[in-house]
Amino acid sequence: MTVQVERKVIAILAERAGLDAADITPDASPESLGIDSMALVDAIFAIEETFGIEVPFNASAPEEGRFDISSIGAIVRAVEELIAEQAA
Amino acid sequence: MRRVVITGQGTVNPLGRNVPETLAALQAGRCGIGPLEFRDAERLSVRIGAQVRDFAPEAHFTRRQLALCDRFTCFALLAAREAVAQSGIVFGEELALQTGVVLGAAGGGVATWDESSRAVYEAGKNRVNPFVVPRLMNNAAVAHVSMEMGLRGPSFSVATACASSNHAMGQAFQMVRGGMSPVMLTGGAESMLCFGGVKAWEGLRVMSSDGCRPFCATRNGMVLGEGAAVFVFEDLEHARARGATILAEVAGFSMTSDAADIVQPSQEGAARAMAGALADAGLAPDQVGYVNAHGTGTAANDRTECAALARVFGPHARRLMVSSGKSMHGHLIGAAGAVELLACIMALREGVIAPTVGFRRFDPDCPLDVVPNEARRADVRAVLSNAFAFGGMNAVLALRKFV
Repeated sequence: MTVQVERKVIAILAERAGLDAADITPDASPESLGIDSMALVDAIFAIEETFGIEVPFNASAPEEGRFDISSIGAIVRAVEELIAEQAA
Repeated sequence: MRRVVITGQGTVNPLGRNVPETLAALQAGRCGIGPLEFRDAERLSVRIGAQVRDFAPEAHFTRRQLALCDRFTCFALLAAREAVAQSGIVFGEELALQTGVVLGAAGGGVATWDESSRAVYEAGKNRVNPFVVPRLMNNAAVAHVSMEMGLRGPSFSVATACASSNHAMGQAFQMVRGGMSPVMLTGGAESMLCFGGVKAWEGLRVMSSDGCRPFCATRNGMVLGEGAAVFVFEDLEHARARGATILAEVAGFSMTSDAADIVQPSQEGAARAMAGALADAGLAPDQVGYVNAHGTGTAANDRTECAALARVFGPHARRLMVSSGKSMHGHLIGAAGAVELLACIMALREGVIAPTVGFRRFDPDCPLDVVPNEARRADVRAVLSNAFAFGGMNAVLALRKFV
């Protein structure tokens, strides 16, 4: 499950960054991959649609939500938590 | 070139049904933002907005008008009636041929679109209201105002998202200044507060769920509003000849394009528009006492706008009063600049600066006097009104006190 979530999240982000999934490391930040705030909003929409979850994220106050976007690894973990929570 | 003055103003917005109610609310710092009430609102993630509450169009319009007018058109008609009545202007045959209507609207009949889509997709109907097209078209409000007032000069609508009404009023200003028309009705109207309209904004993730706090360190996004404001722009000589009450002078206008990003604002484009309006009006930066900010309450706009203000006004930026009425009436999108011009005229005429309400904590990225929470008495001689739209289109008006 976890490997699959990670693979799908990275594929979504890689597509927005115009990179190969293989070039994305968990410690990279979205900005360092060239994912700006609109690309991130688009990626979060794709994540919501892919996993059937709601992601709490406000581009005007990114630090306010519980969704950690500091690195790719953090995003994957946050998605996993939301899947676990929202399946319950 | 002719001098252009404002001789009438009218409005319907979340703070009031007319100009006196609106000015009283702005002076009291009353907030018109509350829970959204319309069909399916419980399915929204963002459930607040600034609605025109208890609006009963049946009280104001004929049966035929009701069938043909979307909510944004109803607002425009009521605002235009108030503006024309207040100006005392009478459109005789010759004047009516020269007078036109230029209004801003970003979305047009959004609720009409929404209802029509519901009918065909949700309800599975194969038939829609016969007047969907004439209700939703962007120029519907302009058309109905021109028809009701019998104005047969140059009329059209302007759509530049959040800058629509500033672009419209700038255009009307230039038409009167250049001698094309002695009188123009201008402003803007918008109503996106329906399920599909708010859903679309939710998607961008720039909306606040708890209030609009421009320039505040705790700001977390914008809040939508709805309504209209319409003004009578008139050649000064024409206004004098008929003994009109002059509310303010439209002194200058400037528009720029960022040519950079579809949603992110640009400090350079905003600064160039403000500097251009000052130059067009022949104003030095230190002659301006108040700026009605675009001030949406998003992280990006407010930071960028403050940096642009600092760049244009230099050391004077610290003495300048800068406030955003969006904290009270929300963001009226295509009608924003029009409703905000009411606060600009109030500053010049009554010497009262509308506050930025909901302000809690200073943000070092916005080091300006934002007139927090309470209106202030001040004698100002000139003001700017900012509008910076998605698409990177910026439009700034300069007004001067008429003495």
